[in-house]
Amino acid sequence: MERISNADAGGIVAEIARVIVANKAYLSEIDGKIGDGDHGVNMAKGFGRTAEKLDGTESLDEAMSVLSDVLMSEIGGSMGPLYGMMFSGMAEAIEEAWEIDAVLFGDMLQNGLDEVKDIGSADVGDKTLLDAYAPALDAYRSAIGDGKPMAEALDAMRAAAEAGRDSTIDMIAKVGRASRLGERSRGVLDAGATSCSLILGTLAEGVKRRLDG
Amino acid sequence: MQRFINNPDDIVDETVRGFVKAHDDLVRLDPDNARVVVSRQAGTEGRVGIVTGGGSGHEPAFIGYTGRNMVDAVAVGELFSSPTAKSFHDAIKAADGGAGVAVLYGNYAGDNMNVKMASKMAKKDKIPVATVVANDDVCSAPPEERAKRRGVAGEIFMWKIGGAKASEGATLEEVQAAAQKAIDACRSVGVGLGPCTLPAVGHPNFEIEPGKMEVGIGHHGEPGTRVEALKTADEIADEMTQIVLDDHDLPEGTELAVLVSGLGATPVDELYVLYDRMESQMAARGLKVYRAFVGNYFTSLEMVGATLTVMALDEELKGLLDVDAEAPGFNWRG
Repeated sequence: MERISNADAGGIVAEIARVIVANKAYLSEIDGKIGDGDHGVNMAKGFGRTAEKLDGTESLDEAMSVLSDVLMSEIGGSMGPLYGMMFSGMAEAIEEAWEIDAVLFGDMLQNGLDEVKDIGSADVGDKTLLDAYAPALDAYRSAIGDGKPMAEALDAMRAAAEAGRDSTIDMIAKVGRASRLGERSRGVLDAGATSCSLILGTLAEGVKRRLDG
Repeated sequence: MQRFINNPDDIVDETVRGFVKAHDDLVRLDPDNARVVVSRQAGTEGRVGIVTGGGSGHEPAFIGYTGRNMVDAVAVGELFSSPTAKSFHDAIKAADGGAGVAVLYGNYAGDNMNVKMASKMAKKDKIPVATVVANDDVCSAPPEERAKRRGVAGEIFMWKIGGAKASEGATLEEVQAAAQKAIDACRSVGVGLGPCTLPAVGHPNFEIEPGKMEVGIGHHGEPGTRVEALKTADEIADEMTQIVLDDHDLPEGTELAVLVSGLGATPVDELYVLYDRMESQMAARGLKVYRAFVGNYFTSLEMVGATLTVMALDEELKGLLDVDAEAPGFNWRG
């Protein structure tokens, strides 16, 4: 069975942080079209501060817990609690594990998604990060269910997150600040779905690179 | 636009530091959290604590309402961004005097989540928490979806009433009920004439064309219900009065508390011009202004525009409105 070592995978969080910081201006630009334009700034602040706190020796769950703490205690807004709960949910699912196999990775994604749904009030289709997250989890699970190798399932997860992100262009925002725009929110990517797709894509890549085959 | 700015990232910390220096007699900074402003009266044994919080950029809201018989502790967020759950939690702890804490805040996605998480944290500390969510902004959702409406300047009346009720030694449930009654009696509307700019973003966060105005605009520049040609002050005052009163089925003779606030860059004289007409319109409908507040009470950075809030009063609300209150943004002898 394919698996990664929890203890050796904390670097994935630093990789995610690098990608978010590199996309700071892009995320703010998207947010500026239907939000107030600070998504990239806030995300880069939270993920950047986390990267500074990590020394590379953390396990994946420890690094995720550090990220979650920074997001929830220093960032605020909507993204602080949403991503904070997402990463604490993921960390909780794997904190006892030495190794993360294909099934546990799916459970980890599920727990993160459950926590986001619990704290937020959105459903799939509301033009939020869930529109990247839910299809990514579904794609991963169904690939594993079909007996595909984990690496292939991770590719499917990444592709589905990106497709989910793109699907938000045609949606009308139902929650959050953009929901006040109604029909005017159509035609623009959702900033949260965009950052979520970056996070899940980088997570999938990071796991794939660490698979022992 | 020329602004007084050092580093855009430092504005909130510098604002809070200057605020507590200037109003040292009434407020202090929480020693454990530089994003929590606490009333000198907070934590009075046996009195229900009042907490609020929200994004910065609305000064004097939210911090300016920290003080005697108003808000006990305020969680401070980044510009236009909800405070952290930790800050709401620290504010709850600072306000607790053993009788529980009422968190009275506005209906925004981030605030809802952060208050919910902070309430869970407070539960672990065994501090009873009750919440009231302000939803007075008429144009942000139709009447049948009132729960979706944003909270705006009506929050000031909610804090005033909640703080007064707590000062009388009421229980947490009674304070919650009074604050809920206050916000249920409030209706607000905003009209925007010019946009505002988050310094870290550097360009206006929305546009209003010259010669136009946005009716029903939100406190962060959320679009209103319609864009119209800019009219005279009297015509705008009539429109604003009509929007709030039409959403409110008030019998003739009802007494009102009225608050007209600038959004940051509108001169105060223009607010009085609006109020002059609004009062006449209310009188013409058989409504009587019991107390009026005109000034910059709840702003949106340097947005040009104004909001009108009307609270329908009964004897209980009148009595609570008249209780003395002393806060940097709201000094009141009943």
